[in-house]
Amino acid sequence: MTSLGKPIAHESACDHVTGSALYTDDLAGRFPGLLHAHPVTAPHAHARVVALDPSAALAEPGVVRVLGPADVPGENQIGPARPDEPLFPSEVMFHGQAVAWVLAESEESARRGAAAVRVDYQPLPATLDLEAAIAAEQFLTDPLRLQRGDAAAGLERAPHRLTGELFVGGQEHFYLETQSAIAHLDEQGRVFVHSSTQHPSETQEIVARVLGLRKHDVTVQCLRMGGAFGGKEVQANAWAAVAALGARLTGRPTRVRLSRAHDTTLTGKRHPVLGRFEVGFDAQGTLLALRMQLFADGGWCLDLSEPIVYRALFHSDNAYRIRDVELVGRVVRTHKTSMTAFRGFGGPQGMIMIEEIVDRVARTLGIEPHQVRERNFYREGDCTPYGQVVRDPDRMPRIWGELTASCDYFERRRQIAEHNSRAPHAKRGLAITPVKFGISFTTAFFNQGGALVLVYADGSVQVNHGGTEMGQGLHTKMLQVAAHTLGVPMAAVRMMPTQTDKVPNTSATAASSGADLNGAALKVACETLRARLAEVAAPELGAAPDELVFDEGRVFARSRPERALTFSHVAHQAHFQRVPLLATGYYRTPGIQFDKVTGTGKPFHYFAYGAAATEVEVDGFTGMYSVRRVDILHDVGDSLSPLVDRGQIEGGFVQGLGWLTLEELVWNADGRLATENASTYKLPGLGECPPIFNVALLGRASEPDVVYGSKAVGEPPFMLAISAREALRDAVAAFGAGAAGVVELASPATPEAVFWAVERVRRSGSKA
Amino acid sequence: MPGLRSLNLTLNGDLVQVAAPEHWTLLEVLRYSLGLTGSKQGCDKGDCGACTVLMDGEPVLACLTLAAAAEGKQIVTIEGLAPLHKRAGGSGVDPVQDAFDRSGALQCGFCQPGMILSAKALLDKNPKPTRDEIKQALSGNLCRCTGYTQILEAVEVAAAEARGEVPPGPRWRRFEG
Ligand code: FES
Ligand code: FES
Repeated sequence: MTSLGKPIAHESACDHVTGSALYTDDLAGRFPGLLHAHPVTAPHAHARVVALDPSAALAEPGVVRVLGPADVPGENQIGPARPDEPLFPSEVMFHGQAVAWVLAESEESARRGAAAVRVDYQPLPATLDLEAAIAAEQFLTDPLRLQRGDAAAGLERAPHRLTGELFVGGQEHFYLETQSAIAHLDEQGRVFVHSSTQHPSETQEIVARVLGLRKHDVTVQCLRMGGAFGGKEVQANAWAAVAALGARLTGRPTRVRLSRAHDTTLTGKRHPVLGRFEVGFDAQGTLLALRMQLFADGGWCLDLSEPIVYRALFHSDNAYRIRDVELVGRVVRTHKTSMTAFRGFGGPQGMIMIEEIVDRVARTLGIEPHQVRERNFYREGDCTPYGQVVRDPDRMPRIWGELTASCDYFERRRQIAEHNSRAPHAKRGLAITPVKFGISFTTAFFNQGGALVLVYADGSVQVNHGGTEMGQGLHTKMLQVAAHTLGVPMAAVRMMPTQTDKVPNTSATAASSGADLNGAALKVACETLRARLAEVAAPELGAAPDELVFDEGRVFARSRPERALTFSHVAHQAHFQRVPLLATGYYRTPGIQFDKVTGTGKPFHYFAYGAAATEVEVDGFTGMYSVRRVDILHDVGDSLSPLVDRGQIEGGFVQGLGWLTLEELVWNADGRLATENASTYKLPGLGECPPIFNVALLGRASEPDVVYGSKAVGEPPFMLAISAREALRDAVAAFGAGAAGVVELASPATPEAVFWAVERVRRSGSKA
Repeated sequence: MPGLRSLNLTLNGDLVQVAAPEHWTLLEVLRYSLGLTGSKQGCDKGDCGACTVLMDGEPVLACLTLAAAAEGKQIVTIEGLAPLHKRAGGSGVDPVQDAFDRSGALQCGFCQPGMILSAKALLDKNPKPTRDEIKQALSGNLCRCTGYTQILEAVEVAAAEARGEVPPGPRWRRFEG
């Protein structure tokens, strides 16, 4: 019996519950002589640094050193994709940007020192508003394009047309563990960095770049993260670089831990996006043509914005076939923190646009939105706007059918209509929405994974792979894969901390691909070892190597299961026979390519599918609402770890619910982020947890060419929360007189936004 | 520089004497002076609940509590739950910890110590809480990873088992079709 596919708890659960699971900053006490770093932050959204005088800071007791641009031995540059991100800027590009760092014996001394650093600024005009930046043509990229058919002609031909726009707000990651790093010089005097990073290899690269070292002089370890969600994909690098610089220059271990307010004001968020669209359709709601522009607020520098906008474009079709399409995306530069990866990586912003469009089409025609959705699903042989054939298009109608039945969708629609006719001030809404999400990094070379597996002569095993653990359960799944493939109990396998000296040149743990890439690599390594061990065990068991079964620590011939050797015995024998007990595994996803010039290719290995039905109730006096029930059916292939997958689905949904209904970022007129902590930025709490929350995994969904038939699960469920937004709109519409027409709803649909939407519907109802 | 102060704390059942800056919070003393890193620092200002500890059985936010104000009180942190449980004649980890462990209630785990202590404070006072009472008691603890359902289930499991009842099964289906 193997644990693969069984609902087991997180591999660190026991450490989590006893408080012994260590996160980066928990290691601080292990470093005697530790220095603490504090940033000197700019009080302007845009300004030139005219002079920086650290003398007063250095006079503060406990202050050891002030780090500025002149202290950088390598390059003062941490941009991952483009050199547009100085670690110590001479031009301030957003309010609160760090222009220098103070190192001191204690946190307090560092803070006092930072306040004492004298910086002279020459303020410059700042652009904070997205539309103003578009009008001023402040762009960080050229237009990015996807095109199929002839959108202009398609719109011309279409019997009905609709134009509109939607602005969707950004989202703060608010991983509970803020950004942190501790750097020290190791026993060989080389740089060792503990970093809360999703991408240790890139952190290593950036640290080496800033210090002017080669990569082999820098080791980066990530024990685990207290959440990341994309926010530590590239934006963990700066803090690691500051800590490493401090350690290198002072010879003392150096710690950076951002306070929550520093974390929210220094790091990027999900991109706010403005969509402008024109759609052509027929009287039944069939989508015929779409032309759409997406403007993403990228903040001050490029970061990952280009692939993020591509992913928004790739998901602007969601699950729907549209013959003539023209999609153009562009990254806009504003004087804000640099927007970055966040679960879904632009996909949610694209998907919400097409769901908005579908709803507007349905309400314009007076047809039920779920009918318009279903009518437009992809069919066998269809291609996406980027020319990729849609694999398994039948999954969507199957999920749709099973979910509408299991959640009693049609009967509940009827009951809700009845309820709404009796309740003038509290209307209910119910909506079902689909998700089709592409899996793979768009940049082909990121789609590789590596693993290193060591078997010791006593039969115990150490496993290393390139992925990082941020709570998503990757290490749990990897332990299951390793134990199953080697045929040993989970307890015989130890997962080692992710470290750059074990697997080199790894990709970020991102794009939901952690288990696909590292799991496949790990499986290869374990198979190599198992094959070698089979050669060793075969003569003793009197059977051919390929007849042997490795199962939970026992090795036996399939035909004679009663005569078994222990795995430990076989490992011991192998060592004596001089059989190598270490193996690497490597995997690259086949067939991934995308041509930016033509906007076509196969950017995804496969698609993950799902659907959610959400019911809400809205109070017409205040706009306050509650989510009454959520039903989800999601496709994770053959689940490697159902309890982990369930957690990803529920957690993704609730995080999406936060983005779409609660979480509103506010910047003051001077560019300061006003919502810098959870007291002003409303996150989903237990009170928002839907009282009825049914989650099911789709059956008969094995995915060929992915490790053990599984599917990626990290990001896709996030977008299931669009059903909550559409349910709110459904309830808002019920306050009107029932006339056909678009129902506008701002995003996030906060109670305030819902209140104004209800008011609009009521007013237009009284006019009609 | 503010002066050091010698603090006498009753921590996880033991008397502890520690010198720390007099303005330090209980969280700073726990994490920095005593190396008890199980109490987490999520927001530094009373918004997230990650630093929750028990003071005379009541959940308090250690990041908002001056360490000096904790003198003379019984303080319990996540590290103390299992030892205190054993000292009281139990075996293994505290039943609330055990329920969280088995329920798969957490992902990154960062919110977990605070959640468990809030849950423990509730169950010590109210062995048969309703769902709403659980939600109320844990409303000051944010979790960014889970959808909270497995946390609710863990508390219900712990409560049911403490009463000697069979806990409610998970309310989800694994496979369909
Ligand atoms: S750290 Fe104390 S409430 Fe957040
Ligand atoms: S499990 Fe990550 S914050 Fe709760």
